[in-house]
Amino acid sequence: MDWGSIIESLVRGLIGESFIVFALAAIGLNVHFGFTGLLNFGQAVFMAAGAYGLAMMVATIGPAANRNFGWNLSEGTLFWLGIFVGVIVFPVIFALVMGIPTLRLRADYLAIVTIAVAEIFRIVVRSPTPGIKKWTNSSDGLTGFSGTFYDMSPFGTQERYLFNLFTGNQMFLVIVGWVVLAIAATICWLLIRSPWGRVLKAIREDEDAARSLGKNAYSYKMQALIIGGIFGAVGGMIRAIGFSVAQPDNFITDVTFFVWVALILGGAGKVLAPIVGASLFFGLLSFSDTFLREGVSADVIPDAIMTGTQVGQVRFMIMGLGLALLAAFRPQGIFGNKEEMALDDR
Amino acid sequence: MTGDQFEDKFKDDLIPDAGPLAGAAGEVSDMRVAVSDKIAGVDSVAARAALADVAREPGAKKPDPILIADGVVRRYGGLTAVDVEHVEVQRGVITALIGPNGAGKTTLFNLLTNFDTPDQGTRVFDGHNIDKVPAHKIANYGMVRTFQLTKALSKMTVIENMKLGGTGQKGESMWRSVLPFTWRAQENALEERADALLDRFKLSHMRDEFAGTMSGGQRKLLEMARALMVEPSMVMLDEPMAGVNPALTQSLLGHVTGLRDAGMTVLFVEHDMDMVQEISDWVIVMAEGRIIAEGPPASIGQNKAVVDAYLGSNHGSALDLDTEL
Amino acid sequence: MAFLSFGGSVAAQDDPAESVGGTMRAKDDAGDPIFVEGVEFTVFDADGNEVGTGTTDAEGVWLVRLPGSGVYSVELNVDTLQGFALRNVEKNPLTGVEVQPNTQKNTLFPLGERVVEEPNSIRPVQLFVDGIKLGMIIAMCAIGLSLIYGTTGLTNFAHGEMVTFGAMIGYVFHVTWQFDFLGSWMTSLAFAAVMATIITGAVGGLFNELVWKRLRNRGASLISALVVSIGLSIFFRYVFLYQFGGRAGFYRDFRIGDQVEFFGIFTMLRKDIFIVVFGSLVLLGVATALRKTRVGKAMRAVADNRDLAESSGIDVEQVIKYVWIVGSALAGLGGVLFGLTENVNWEMGFRLLLLMFAGVTLGGLGTAYGALLGSLIAGVFIQMSTLLIPGDMKNVGALLALIVILLVRPQGLLGRAERIG
Repeated sequence: MDWGSIIESLVRGLIGESFIVFALAAIGLNVHFGFTGLLNFGQAVFMAAGAYGLAMMVATIGPAANRNFGWNLSEGTLFWLGIFVGVIVFPVIFALVMGIPTLRLRADYLAIVTIAVAEIFRIVVRSPTPGIKKWTNSSDGLTGFSGTFYDMSPFGTQERYLFNLFTGNQMFLVIVGWVVLAIAATICWLLIRSPWGRVLKAIREDEDAARSLGKNAYSYKMQALIIGGIFGAVGGMIRAIGFSVAQPDNFITDVTFFVWVALILGGAGKVLAPIVGASLFFGLLSFSDTFLREGVSADVIPDAIMTGTQVGQVRFMIMGLGLALLAAFRPQGIFGNKEEMALDDR
Repeated sequence: MTGDQFEDKFKDDLIPDAGPLAGAAGEVSDMRVAVSDKIAGVDSVAARAALADVAREPGAKKPDPILIADGVVRRYGGLTAVDVEHVEVQRGVITALIGPNGAGKTTLFNLLTNFDTPDQGTRVFDGHNIDKVPAHKIANYGMVRTFQLTKALSKMTVIENMKLGGTGQKGESMWRSVLPFTWRAQENALEERADALLDRFKLSHMRDEFAGTMSGGQRKLLEMARALMVEPSMVMLDEPMAGVNPALTQSLLGHVTGLRDAGMTVLFVEHDMDMVQEISDWVIVMAEGRIIAEGPPASIGQNKAVVDAYLGSNHGSALDLDTEL
Repeated sequence: MAFLSFGGSVAAQDDPAESVGGTMRAKDDAGDPIFVEGVEFTVFDADGNEVGTGTTDAEGVWLVRLPGSGVYSVELNVDTLQGFALRNVEKNPLTGVEVQPNTQKNTLFPLGERVVEEPNSIRPVQLFVDGIKLGMIIAMCAIGLSLIYGTTGLTNFAHGEMVTFGAMIGYVFHVTWQFDFLGSWMTSLAFAAVMATIITGAVGGLFNELVWKRLRNRGASLISALVVSIGLSIFFRYVFLYQFGGRAGFYRDFRIGDQVEFFGIFTMLRKDIFIVVFGSLVLLGVATALRKTRVGKAMRAVADNRDLAESSGIDVEQVIKYVWIVGSALAGLGGVLFGLTENVNWEMGFRLLLLMFAGVTLGGLGTAYGALLGSLIAGVFIQMSTLLIPGDMKNVGALLALIVILLVRPQGLLGRAERIG
């Protein structure tokens, strides 16, 4: 059993790029569910919006516009345009599509619609139909958009940093990611302590009370949906840059469920909780993954119980069961306190 | 608990003298005088006097109506819950809306506050047609409502509940919320006003507690105080006495009359005939979705139509003070 | 746990040292991938002597053992292609197939579009019929979902796993264990269906007792319960994946080519006729039971207005128990039928769940008849949408319709406006 690589993967899980991606997504979901009580089960779609916004701008839409309109937008320009599209334009569109039909109805309807939108997204993006494939490259995904980002890195690509954990490019991404995370957390903190945040809290507990005091509940919910979606999109964009590919399979519904587990683990409603939750979750996930794989390959765990390929499935099983138990017995997570917990309320 | 413990617990809410409230000494008159922000242009004494000339019939026109509903019909499935040809509520007075169970009072109340939309009809509040106006905008026009099942937000502190009531808050805009300097001043002023109101309602000591820890009666007071933060011209109370222990009743009644004396219009739905008799200036009676009688409280008890309506669904003699429906 | 896994029925116990084989894949009329069963192959050695024959099984797999390594040729009997056309006709027979020692050589015979001899179906009508079939399956599974919501307020995201569970139980009984009473596979299938229904119903009832009732009694919020159901959905899906593998399983002995023509305007496979007829009977039975029996009426009353029902003396907990049992049983049966018409795999129920939501929202979340009507419409909509959009995206139509319905008439066709907030 190679304990070195197990510890290494544990540390990478706790602070590395997957953690950052999911921490951002969880912060977004916290705005949705923790602050406002919105049941968003399509956070993966917002993440994909960020990833594909950037990737499509640089890889397919930009070049097509250059061809058709005779423009000469450089990759750098397209990159920054792509960030705008991925972080603002796409998330707003998705939020409107999901929110307009459902925010005046019961919470369950948003849950259903967000899952439906996630499935629509999955089907459409993966479609091999030529008309769509030329924009999204179906299941193979889009590449060639992260160059501008890594060009800005001051780290040597061939060297390793931080106890040999990260390559130069990864180090750059992790540092940028941490900065973005800090900014996101600060914005969230400011939001929840403001009168705007106060209205959200009121809406979460009792919409009618908020309405009777003149607050337009629908509008606030929509704003929350958009803000949370934007945080998710930023996370998704970082994921795509990290893998240097924007692929539909990186944004499947299970990703949404990961984000939920991270959020509930930390304790929905507290500002820092999603960050801690995501860190713990990914630490555990990476640790258990490497641990189990090492165990299987070192024959500590016999093949009859688990083979290498089944490790991934067992992790999911544990995750699903864990989510169910958490929701049933400790919905406030680690940091939440019981009274404030939205889950305990009708 | 013993009588002493009881008094101790509720001493802030008990008023020693519970006689007729107009001109009562002590707490209540302090209340009336203390309300410094009287609504401009509304002389409640004159408004009440004007009621003497109003015809005592359903749909009677009022000299200065703040709320008018016309031809309002609401059906559920096959049933017609409300069918009101015409009703007007006089400005600056306390109006009670009563009727036996199933008369449609709550439905009409929800229709008047725009928490429900009628199948037909028009409603006009303070000169504004509110038919197409969403419920939350009504508060901006100056009408605020409370709920039968008190909606004090238990997961927020009392002071937060109060500050929520402030209208026109800059900090409630998403963009400005992340820049505290744009709303800090307004927030401080709001907090001062909230504290003053809490003081008046004798809830200051609970300022930083979660509203969920308050007693039922305290929550009622909180809801009323919070409604006042909106600086409304009309307050709609949905069964304000429901679930309130008798010791608190006088305190609440005092606050309600205080509102009127400050120039606010009050309309409340109630089953508690004591309250109706004690403080209302005008009574509207409903049965089976229609308004069957209107008039000052004293005249209602004798009104044949009213007695029939109540007798039909209740066994008891003519309306007396102890009728509890 | 190997006996529960799918596939591999052709692989011999004692593997030959050398062999040649392949898998015959094609696309059916709606664009869904299918395997072609019953295609015959003959293998000749380098001298032209016949070495062996093989026929593709339900998963399109065929295998012929070889006497040794060397060069062989493989010939496909085009008469057994059941209407499919070979794309590379000149490559049949496939010569010069070199088989190394101790290898199983895979050969490829790509298939093209199904060639239909005469126009014996009008596409819109055909799609309509396919839609009714799909709609019935959705309806059968969705009734439970809708009634559970109506009686307890729970949006049960794990309902799809009941469907998968039923299909898998059916598979185990029919394919793995094969109780061929009277020597006919049809009785085995019938028995499997019955067992799947009963067992799934029992499991549903068990879940209610152990999980949902306890949560209700503890006063857990509906949102809490919803998240619990999502956690359970993930858990069970991966348990299924773990146990049964990622491949698809097929019920035995249904041949692709067994079509029956109806009045020249549409055709149906034998198995689909069975599904539609049987499904109609079951749904009719359920609909009647909901109207006429005491339990059925109680279910509808509780789903409609729980407090009112309770004050009329109905034992709500009892009704909820029945709803869970019956709803899960129907889902299990629906799963068997779904597995019959397509295949059995670990996420079939989850895929269907979304369509169920579409159907139930369309018809009215919380009503039984609404679930029925909405699902039928959804099924037809999905299949007929392929007239306009590519086949692989047909589910998108139903999901988009779901969103549009919420804009236009959120309570669905038969739901009541007051229930939606």
